[in-house]
Amino acid sequence: MDKVKQKDLILYSGLIILGLAAPYLFSAFKVQLTYLCVLIVLAMTWNLQGGEMGYNTFGNILFYGLGMYLTASVQVGMFFPLAEWTESGGEKTFVHTTAQYFQGIGVGLLVSAIVPAVIAGAIGYAILGLRGHYFAICTLGLGIAAGEIAGGIEIIGAGQGFTTPPFPAEIVDTEARGKFFYFLSFALLVGTFIFVKYIYGSRFRLILNAIRDNEDKAEAMGIQTMKYKIVGWMCSAFFCGLAGGIMGGLIGYIDSTDVAFDGREMGVFMVLMAILGGKGTLWGPVIGATLFHFFKEGLWTLILGWQYVALGVLIVVIVVYFPEGLMGWLREKYPERFGEVIDEKDRKAQVELK
Amino acid sequence: MDFLIFKAPMLMVQASLDGILLGILFALIAYGMALQWGVMNIINIAQGDLVILGGYIAYTIYLWGIHPAWGVIISPILMFFVGWGLYKLVINKVVDRDLFISILATFGIAIVFQQLMNFIFGADVVVAQSEYGTTMLFDNSVTLPNSKIFSAFISVLYAIALVIYMKKSKLGRAIRATAQNARAAKILGVDTEKVYAATFGINAALCGIAGALISITLTLHPYVGLPYTVRSFMIVIVAGLGNLPAVAVSGMGLGLFEEFADYILGTEFRIGAVFLLLVLILVYRRFKLSKKREYLK
Repeated sequence: MDKVKQKDLILYSGLIILGLAAPYLFSAFKVQLTYLCVLIVLAMTWNLQGGEMGYNTFGNILFYGLGMYLTASVQVGMFFPLAEWTESGGEKTFVHTTAQYFQGIGVGLLVSAIVPAVIAGAIGYAILGLRGHYFAICTLGLGIAAGEIAGGIEIIGAGQGFTTPPFPAEIVDTEARGKFFYFLSFALLVGTFIFVKYIYGSRFRLILNAIRDNEDKAEAMGIQTMKYKIVGWMCSAFFCGLAGGIMGGLIGYIDSTDVAFDGREMGVFMVLMAILGGKGTLWGPVIGATLFHFFKEGLWTLILGWQYVALGVLIVVIVVYFPEGLMGWLREKYPERFGEVIDEKDRKAQVELK
Repeated sequence: MDFLIFKAPMLMVQASLDGILLGILFALIAYGMALQWGVMNIINIAQGDLVILGGYIAYTIYLWGIHPAWGVIISPILMFFVGWGLYKLVINKVVDRDLFISILATFGIAIVFQQLMNFIFGADVVVAQSEYGTTMLFDNSVTLPNSKIFSAFISVLYAIALVIYMKKSKLGRAIRATAQNARAAKILGVDTEKVYAATFGINAALCGIAGALISITLTLHPYVGLPYTVRSFMIVIVAGLGNLPAVAVSGMGLGLFEEFADYILGTEFRIGAVFLLLVLILVYRRFKLSKKREYLK
């Protein structure tokens, strides 16, 4: 085993041990850690789309919200009539047993991964044909339309909201709920990371980059760009749906525009986190999401009421002054660390030119 | 079909008139967007929030006891400076960059504006009473608030004034020259930086007029800006840049669509229908263009 691989192995096993130990070390922050895992997943999948493929989407929130509603609906609908559940609102006329709860959430998560991916595939041909800003605005519209429409559908609670099944009361351990959702999201994070890392080492990434850099040329080279774009979007949708499902269970209450299709918060966060860390890098979104989460949790309570102003200013500042992100900045500064070889002659020539 | 609107033909007349009058207002906002899109190549997500801010200016003078109709003169003047300031602060740094950067930056501006308006004016739905009364048509079966007629009239007036200004004045010529070729305009002595700032200011002023009219015809709320952005974006992509008659027609078309969607689908789906229409139009446009590309092959 060579040195680099050994280093990687230490890094990854260290991170996994840290991740597994985290809920015991910081047991008061389990919910925050779960949020962090989900945010990282969303940022990474957005990066696959916006950073690697160059299709800047505001619409991944569509799959996130869809996953949220689907998980909750399946979890309820498997055992009880869905319409009566949502009609009774917060009052619990039906109670899930422990086995039913876990069966429900398992099947629900499976559905909430597959259905968004299928939908992404189905609408992909129409939507991904759009280029540049038309794509961005179209996906923005898609996310908001989904929220508005979900707010009008009676069976999933309409504007009143949807209360997801509470964690089974038979489990006496009060910490169990937090741990369950933390490990679920951590597993999702590990799965997503392995998947994205696999993509980063594959030909698929090169194709996505070719599409980003010049789609017409890529097509002229014989790459069926549409096929790869759709597959890329489906991968994003798959993980976004799962993340949404976990989030729905954690929050316990689904509102159409404020929780599920929350374009004003989550939908912007995922773009911002990926850009903050650095688009088009493996670690960028992870670092960006972590930084953003710490910033948000640290400052949100201090500037109560002003958080959206701060968010807006943050977006403008990052986008205008810092569009390459943290990884981009580091790369500019220490290119050798990123495996980029600089030709000394070339550099001298550049200096002489100046 | 058992929709109410198909049973009562008078409702159709009502919806059509409402839609057309509303559509003229949308066209005014869209004209502003087309102007700055064409000249500066920027898509301004904060467009709708500028509209709402203009509306709140008119609402404020209404609270001071002045008739809100004066808002159509005061609010554009104030909004021009807001737009100018916004350009100097943020927009001038994103003009030559990737379009997505401008979308995201203006998205950030939109969030800031929404929240500031929420602080200053409160989260209630407000409306400025113009007390213009209503006009009854066809045996009192169609009611038309005079404020809507007034707003359509003012919109048309301002649009005509702007067209003449763009054709005749020096600044108007400079703006058109910059839109055609910024570099060439620069070489020929046009201060493009100033032109950009003026364009953004004029766009904001148009939003101010539209907002003042919205404050007396519809309602104001800090968070309803985005639908106006999307509507104007939609009108611009259907009509094309710099084609004023087409902007007017597609604006009215959108107004009609909305009023009918309101009756047929129900009010709760109105905004959803607007956003879905945007998606459909973009998708239609994509297939039309891809056919053209195949033909070229």
